[in-house]
Amino acid sequence: MPPSNDLKDGGELRIIGFLCNWCSYSGADAAGVARLEQPTDLRIIRTPCTGRIDPLFILRALINGADGVLVSGCHPGDCHYVEGNFHARRRLETLKRILPISGIDPERFKYTWVSASESGRWQETVREFTAKIHALGPAPRMTDVVSRSKDLSLEGLLLQDENGGA
Amino acid sequence: MHIGVFVCHCGSNISGTVDCPQTAKAAGEFPDVVYSTDEMYTCSEPGQESIIRAIKEHNLDGVVVASCSPRMHEATFRRTVERAGLNPYMFEMANIREHVSWVGRDKALNTRKAIDLIGMAVAKLRNGTPLFSERFNVTRKLMVIGGGVAGIQAALDAADSGIEVVLVERETTIGGKMAKLDKTFPTIDCSSCVLGPKMVEVAQHPKITLYAASEVDNVSGYVGNFTVQVRKRAVYVDWDACTGCGLCTEKCPSRKTPDPFNELIATTTAINIPFPQAIPKKATINPDYCLQLTKGKCGVCAKVCPVGCIDFEQQDKIEEVQVGAIVVATGYDLFDYSVYKQYGAGKLPDVITSLQYERLLNASGPTGGHVLRPSDGAEPKHVVFIQCVGSRDKSKGRAYCSSFCCMYTAKQAILTKSHLPDSQSYVFYMDIRSPGKGYDEFTRRTQELYGAQYIRGRVSSIHQHGSSLVVRGADTLAGMQVEIKADLVVLAVGIEPSRNSQKLAATLHISADTDGFFMEGHPKLKPVETNTAGVFLAGCCQGPRDIPTSVSMGSAAAAKAMVLFSNEQLESDPQVATVNATRCVGCYKCVKTCPFGAILESEDRWKNPKAEVLPTICKGCGICSVTCPHGAIQLNHFTDNQLLAEVNAICPLPTI
Repeated sequence: MPPSNDLKDGGELRIIGFLCNWCSYSGADAAGVARLEQPTDLRIIRTPCTGRIDPLFILRALINGADGVLVSGCHPGDCHYVEGNFHARRRLETLKRILPISGIDPERFKYTWVSASESGRWQETVREFTAKIHALGPAPRMTDVVSRSKDLSLEGLLLQDENGGA
Repeated sequence: MHIGVFVCHCGSNISGTVDCPQTAKAAGEFPDVVYSTDEMYTCSEPGQESIIRAIKEHNLDGVVVASCSPRMHEATFRRTVERAGLNPYMFEMANIREHVSWVGRDKALNTRKAIDLIGMAVAKLRNGTPLFSERFNVTRKLMVIGGGVAGIQAALDAADSGIEVVLVERETTIGGKMAKLDKTFPTIDCSSCVLGPKMVEVAQHPKITLYAASEVDNVSGYVGNFTVQVRKRAVYVDWDACTGCGLCTEKCPSRKTPDPFNELIATTTAINIPFPQAIPKKATINPDYCLQLTKGKCGVCAKVCPVGCIDFEQQDKIEEVQVGAIVVATGYDLFDYSVYKQYGAGKLPDVITSLQYERLLNASGPTGGHVLRPSDGAEPKHVVFIQCVGSRDKSKGRAYCSSFCCMYTAKQAILTKSHLPDSQSYVFYMDIRSPGKGYDEFTRRTQELYGAQYIRGRVSSIHQHGSSLVVRGADTLAGMQVEIKADLVVLAVGIEPSRNSQKLAATLHISADTDGFFMEGHPKLKPVETNTAGVFLAGCCQGPRDIPTSVSMGSAAAAKAMVLFSNEQLESDPQVATVNATRCVGCYKCVKTCPFGAILESEDRWKNPKAEVLPTICKGCGICSVTCPHGAIQLNHFTDNQLLAEVNAICPLPTI
């Protein structure tokens, strides 16, 4: 199995980044070329545009136990596909409002704009977001929630749910 | 599936901070991975051969290379796996150099991160499908935007190879900034003698169509098939009829029209031809100063024109041009130096810009090549040059070096001495940057042979004292204050991207760096390409550079376009959206969100409403995929399943 399951042991947290190929991904590349040191927690997923990022991907990541999700794309008005980041901004603003309803701390999610030339800004973004997630600590795990629900004698409810389909 | 993983050391670039053998070993544990190894240089010939060998030996149907950024070598490795008979899209890259080894210092953590990234790539690959390109025709016609020396060179090179060229120039003449210069460094040869014949060649070339006084309004389409809307500005003269005789300019009574060609140090007539060698040599009316157009009475030019080409009713005209590639050569403008209060904020008449001084030196300039200062028309005796005005100054938001100011200042100091043998030049400089062929010798000659006095330091104030200017500054080498009584001060004003270039960048979907210069495809390996296929860069629009480099870039951009046009047909990128017709309910939300009009409201054979993607128009942004309520429209190579697989690879759903 991949060792990522015990990421927590190394003092690292699980942070997922969704980055636009044209700006932030290149900006992150440029930060690498300039050897701008960053914390190692972040794992980057490359997408063609922030407009390709389904808010459900972010929700999936957080439900699966990601401690933080960072989205970064082109500055508004600068999209390689004309208006992808405007779609993204609207979707991600909505997501921000939905997260607390879903029982997820909205502080664990952030979206920002970093262009291909802003390697320094990328380094700052990664440093700040990682520090923030570390300050929040590991996200509550699903297993914790289940054990807590057991304490509240909701066990029956869960079982019922499981049997519901059978 | 049989997946092979290749972990690259990249010399010590990756292996310096990532344990590559251990990474390769761990990668072998991922599902479907049947082969994993580490290589010194995966992109090298032996590295690529070992991938091909492994594909054959282990019967691989998918390959993951963990090395540099996919923006660097994805295309390289796709060709490699294709050579081994695999579909090029059954390949993924894990970026363990730019995103891991170069930004993290802890080897253990880096190694873990590298393994994770490989895990994500493997997960994505397991959900991938082979993709196939379509072939489409290419319009073998090139558009060059900007008719400065870089654009002229690109247009001529392409046209000489037999390609139809459309050259679009915003001003009423081509030639750009170089046409305004008197002499060029380091040879002191006459600028218009070098550029003039090239401009004439553009006018006479049967393959070049010139649109002067025109601007690009809109660009649609894709590499090989762009549709460009060119706005031909109203010039109130029928250029097809105008012979450029200049009779109208002699008779025009509106003689106080500012002359942008002379950098506003002189006036011209409302109907004018910018300079005698202008191409096209046609008259143009400046509507803001024409008495007929502003007050409705005059019309002298119409009366004297022997061919009757004056047309006060002329309107802007929009023409649509089909081209296959675009070279952007929009050049530069000077920084607005009036933000420097210490240099008089643009209010002292005898403090001028380097381009204005160039016009004073120029034999075809307003003074006929006699250096006469603007305030009283006297010959200056003491001329002070100040370098780095709006260059290398963070406080003014201009951190970059404008690259050629050191050289033209040296040239202007030499020319000052040859125009006015009794004069003395002083140059305030920060550093002398002269890294070209024969350049350093040139700046030395300025000092040693022509006696220009170079003072290392900045100027703190310029103020008027009687008829002369007092320049106060520091000599940091001597460690003292200096005060010079000058008759004329020339500011070596830094450059910035030409006005409206940001709008053009948005139109062309190319990006600009923080200073506004257009971004090249790769800082080293793709200096004239952009990230938009079929759009190339030449000259100062990409960054400050001198004439020889601009010309080289013009040729390079033309060569890149020729490479493109050497293909009868191009292959489309198959990373486009596709519709799963069984899932599509025909709500057409995707049709409304697509920025490119690439999705049609269509029907299946039972007349059920279905969306249909036009693959050659789709640019692969994936906005539609997120919009679709049923996940019916998916972006190839970035499908929901592939991206979710990456998420799940890092954060597997915990089992309860």
